[in-house]
Amino acid sequence: MSDLRALLAQARPEPGARLEAPQTSLALRDLAGLTGLGSSRAALAGRNVMVRTERQITAAQALVELDGLARRIVLCPPDLAPEHLEHVLRTAEVDAVVIDAPDAALARTDAPLQTLGQPDTPLLPPPAPALETEWVLFTSGTTGAPKLVTHSLAGLTGAITPPQGGAPRPVWATFYDVRRYGGLQILLRALLGGCALVLSDAAEEFRDHLARLAGLGVTHLTGTPSHWRRLLMSPDATRIAPAYVRLSGEIADQPVLDGLRAMFPTARIVHAYASTEAGVGFEVTDGLEGFPQDFVGRPSPVELRVIDGVLHIRSPRAAFGYLGPDAPMLVDDDGFIDSGDMVELAGGRWRFVGRRNGVINVGGLKVHPEEVEAVVNSHPAVRMSLVRARRNPITGAVVTADVALIEPNAAASPEQKAALRASIMAMCRSVLPTHKAPATIRFVPDLAVTAGGKLDRFHD
Amino acid sequence: MPDPQVHASGDGPSDASIRALVATAFEATAVDQQRDLQPLSDELLLLESGLDSLCFAIIVAQLEDELGVDPFSEMDDAFFPTTFGEFVRLYQAAAPDQAAA
Repeated sequence: MSDLRALLAQARPEPGARLEAPQTSLALRDLAGLTGLGSSRAALAGRNVMVRTERQITAAQALVELDGLARRIVLCPPDLAPEHLEHVLRTAEVDAVVIDAPDAALARTDAPLQTLGQPDTPLLPPPAPALETEWVLFTSGTTGAPKLVTHSLAGLTGAITPPQGGAPRPVWATFYDVRRYGGLQILLRALLGGCALVLSDAAEEFRDHLARLAGLGVTHLTGTPSHWRRLLMSPDATRIAPAYVRLSGEIADQPVLDGLRAMFPTARIVHAYASTEAGVGFEVTDGLEGFPQDFVGRPSPVELRVIDGVLHIRSPRAAFGYLGPDAPMLVDDDGFIDSGDMVELAGGRWRFVGRRNGVINVGGLKVHPEEVEAVVNSHPAVRMSLVRARRNPITGAVVTADVALIEPNAAASPEQKAALRASIMAMCRSVLPTHKAPATIRFVPDLAVTAGGKLDRFHD
Repeated sequence: MPDPQVHASGDGPSDASIRALVATAFEATAVDQQRDLQPLSDELLLLESGLDSLCFAIIVAQLEDELGVDPFSEMDDAFFPTTFGEFVRLYQAAAPDQAAA
């Protein structure tokens, strides 16, 4: 397979097609034909190169520069905690780092740093035969050190259909960060299609972002259901008129799909199921939540099966595996990946009902229930608690706690209940990030415990 | 199970009491989340109220416990409110149905 720069050149981007960030932009033609690494290219050839940039646009540039040149690209997400950097550098055997700004967290590493500049130097001499660069992405949002997942460019681009000649080229935009799987998918769609892409910026006001999307004439816009709900609640939403609306990364429920249909009546609205490990699994185009019954078990390049209520996926777009000496196996003996996503069949439709490990997704931020339970249980009035997801139309889910008290009579009256609830919530907010603190608390006489003495998380 | 703190009888709460309840939820959440809430008026844009998505999510969950209704998940026409007034009307429209059910 050709490297990313060659694929971009083959797409023959129009002169106006650019990667657009709030203060700066890059022409795709310059990305295809010029380099911002100058003589550093030679120093990065065949290396395991970490891309750790402040800005998305330089990360995108680095990917084009490094695919086919580096042995391995390790794409740092924006929120990698500095304390995990050492683990990542070691596990991925990083021996060079591309940056776009001074980075204090890298001060103690031995790996040589290369600062990426504007692409302004012609690629001379002609690039040597391209390497099959290995791409390393990070699993998102879990506590502890992130897992490193290895992909190939062929796998990452496997769900992308080639652009059709003659049709006007899309203007892509995404609310995601391109340094994560969901955003990277959109970057690759833009690069392989030679299309403009409007990048998000965490520091930008939502209203300014929308104004930029409108000004640049975005036609294809992607984000999580939480991103889209935020858009639906904005009076400026009508300034944009995307022809293609894509949701992924969280469960797309019927209200958000209906809200988008009402807001953008002529748009093609698609919700996709994808994960960093399994890649793009499938797309749903009928405007209904969940996915059709016959998706499971049908012959297809991407096969689905449901085992004990959990979705398993076998896909040519899946990752090769996890990186590192103690890494768990990614696929089972049949080549299927256990997604950990629980589904239920009703009325000919599979619907997502949560994560098997109980992890709660609050607007894209993940919460481990045990971490919250430990805090709730430290309240002097609490005997034990069960923390779980509660469906929510704004953030997909919020955290809720069922609490059993040491003295059940302590919450006999409504006033006592309210006071105790407020006291437990205040304690949680004082030690946990706001999205992890329970949004609601329910007092229960008792909590179910399994035969093994653990909290029964699946007891209704 | 929602706590039937507001209306124990078959009659739904009045529009005025729902508005007061929603306003209280906004104010209490702003205090809890240490947010600077703008003065509440019908025209106040939700995204400029000082509250963020998590705040609105918390308000919707708590109001569901108090009123027994989540109008976002039950509405027939897809409609997301953009102002405080629209947010209140969503609950005013949904609450009596729930009480009658």
